[in-house]
Amino acid sequence: MELLLIFIIGLLHASGIYMLLRRSMFKMIIGLILLGNGVNMLIFLLGKLTKGHPPVIEDGAKIFTEIYADPLPQALILTAIVIGFGLQSFAIILIKRVYQVLKTDDLDELNSTDEEI
Amino acid sequence: MSNPYIVLPIILQLVAAVVLMFFWTKTKAQKTISILFSTAAVAVGVYMLHSVWHHGIQITHSGNWKAPFGITFVADLLAMTLILISSIAALGVSIFSAGSMREERLKFGYYPVFHFLVMGLQGAFLTGDIFNLYVWFEVIIISSFVLMTLGGKKAQLEGTIKYVSLNLLASSFFLTGIGFLYGLTGTLNMADLAVKMKLIENSGLVNVTGSLFLVAFGIKSAIFPMYFWLPASYHTPPPAVTAIFGGLLTKVGIYAMLRTFSLIFGGDEFMTFITSIIAALTILAGAFGAMSRKHMSKIFGFLIISHIGFMMVGISIFSEAVLVGTVFYLIHDIIVKTNLFMVSGLVMKINGSQDIKALGGLYQSHPLLSLLMAVPLFSLVGIPPLSGFWAKIFFIQGALSAQNYLLVGSVVIGSFLTLWVIARVWSEVFWKKGENLPKQANGVYFDALSNLQQWAYIVPMLLLSIISLYIGLGAGRIITLSQKIASELVDPSLYIQLVLQNQLP
Amino acid sequence: MKSIIFRTSSKYLLPILLIFSVFILLRGHYLPGGGFVGGLMAALAFILHSFAFGLEETKNIIKIHPGFLMPMGLVFALIAGLAPWIYQEPFMTGLWYGEPLRMIGMVGTALLFDIGVYFVVIGSVLTVMFSIREII
Repeated sequence: MELLLIFIIGLLHASGIYMLLRRSMFKMIIGLILLGNGVNMLIFLLGKLTKGHPPVIEDGAKIFTEIYADPLPQALILTAIVIGFGLQSFAIILIKRVYQVLKTDDLDELNSTDEEI
Repeated sequence: MSNPYIVLPIILQLVAAVVLMFFWTKTKAQKTISILFSTAAVAVGVYMLHSVWHHGIQITHSGNWKAPFGITFVADLLAMTLILISSIAALGVSIFSAGSMREERLKFGYYPVFHFLVMGLQGAFLTGDIFNLYVWFEVIIISSFVLMTLGGKKAQLEGTIKYVSLNLLASSFFLTGIGFLYGLTGTLNMADLAVKMKLIENSGLVNVTGSLFLVAFGIKSAIFPMYFWLPASYHTPPPAVTAIFGGLLTKVGIYAMLRTFSLIFGGDEFMTFITSIIAALTILAGAFGAMSRKHMSKIFGFLIISHIGFMMVGISIFSEAVLVGTVFYLIHDIIVKTNLFMVSGLVMKINGSQDIKALGGLYQSHPLLSLLMAVPLFSLVGIPPLSGFWAKIFFIQGALSAQNYLLVGSVVIGSFLTLWVIARVWSEVFWKKGENLPKQANGVYFDALSNLQQWAYIVPMLLLSIISLYIGLGAGRIITLSQKIASELVDPSLYIQLVLQNQLP
Repeated sequence: MKSIIFRTSSKYLLPILLIFSVFILLRGHYLPGGGFVGGLMAALAFILHSFAFGLEETKNIIKIHPGFLMPMGLVFALIAGLAPWIYQEPFMTGLWYGEPLRMIGMVGTALLFDIGVYFVVIGSVLTVMFSIREII
């Protein structure tokens, strides 16, 4: 399971960075989304996987009696997903507006703010 | 000392934002409410800094979950000083926006978002939990995205694309770093991390994690190879927004670096080597960039980068002497940079241009205003005894005693280049004989504004100028404060002990 | 969207989904659910209704501007967060009313906070969806 996750994380990062380096604005956003998902998986993996033991205390018991999955990485990922969702949806609306105003999807043409004066 | 009320600065800004949301379209009421709440925030800041100075570090565990399990908020001197300074800057910008923001931008919720941004800043300063720091950073960047696009002009949208994409990338780096830290130690509380990171033997992994944080905070605070988004985007939004961005956003990155390097990744030779090269290159790249530009806001944008380099000096050497300089410079820079972008906004309002070649004769037409604008310009250069001067003594002294001549040289060269740039701006904009610039038919210029609106421009600049004069002339007190903060940063054991007091035997 | 089956069913689905969203909200403290999911579900119910009957009809049902729900929800959440200050407890400490109520279960500040989240989510999702539909 760990090995599979490692490959998936590598794949997500690689494809995310590949997409980031393209000239199209839309592909850049896709790259950022893929990268974000890769990072979430990474946190999940680094939080150590435990199969089949939800972190729920049995009825009647006061403490955990056996090994349990760490709930914290899941909370972190949930937070990161919600935040990422907000940021990414903002970015998508933004590139739609930019496309409407500037009539281009090519990042190389967005250089007027860097020019002198 | 435990004190449940230290989150008040955050709550105050949140309450301000919520109240402002109920007055969505009533712009007059919004201006009044925002200024009132910002004034209250300054008062709270003064009171809390006073209380932390006398009673020591204060903490609260939110939800009564003890550290390291819950989210801890820690009000130490560094956090409280920055909260006070940032709420002063926010008060200035709040008044400035009342005069300078267009109605239609106010109707799209400028003020609520502005208060959310300030709330994010206060939260980032107060929190003692690395993941919570990430959340506050996201609050800051999402509000700054909205402020930057508000109005939707062509240049703004273009600048925002660069700003948004690099900030999203920085967030991924930050999150990756947090994932690594959690994998290494199994905790997210910064005090607990400080204890547990010392026990890890694999220093390579620690350095990789440290570098991830350096890149993440580096993009946000615009250090050397990662600053290109700043000059491309900061001059596009309205001057009030640029003022708050230039004054505060990059400094949060520096604050986060100070905090994490003090507690988590301190004292590694490899990092010292890397960060001192970065610091030198940041100073020089920013200064050369500023020399090459002719647009006032762009010049100031590059100067932000150059001065971030000064603060990086403290982070790279991390000895007490240099950190005094960094903290002092942080205090001085937030006030002065906010003021500086207001100056460029005022110049724009008077003449309708920011091209320093075309501008001129401002001293002749507005002598008193020019004197007011001279205060931030020359404080920035650090002509003794103005505020920029004192910090540089500590930088040079500290770098000399650490025998890091690269940094000594770049600080000296950087200061001279800043002097050159500011002298050029001064002589071109204020002293040179001006010709009449073409005025737009429908444009409203400064001289045509009502008295109240003119004062809305002048009052915040006056306020911030008085404070930066105080920082310069009353430097003794600020240096005492900075020395205490620096000693807390170099030796954070008191911080760690107070946060984890329920854990230690 | 003119299908008679869809229109008729969505008329009855709206109240059912709303009740179900409240159910999800209330069971959220110990079981899967909570304000966020419940809010999304309630917002979806209104969006479904707007697909069937058009935007204007849905706005008539809601009566207030959905954007207004956001500060409302934030006020609830703020009260829930600040209530412990009265007892000198840290921000966000859970305060509980002694006896569990019928149907609802234990009542405390955590529930109030979740209700706040519920309103913020409904408000923000509906605002976003309505403004997107107005553009298209």
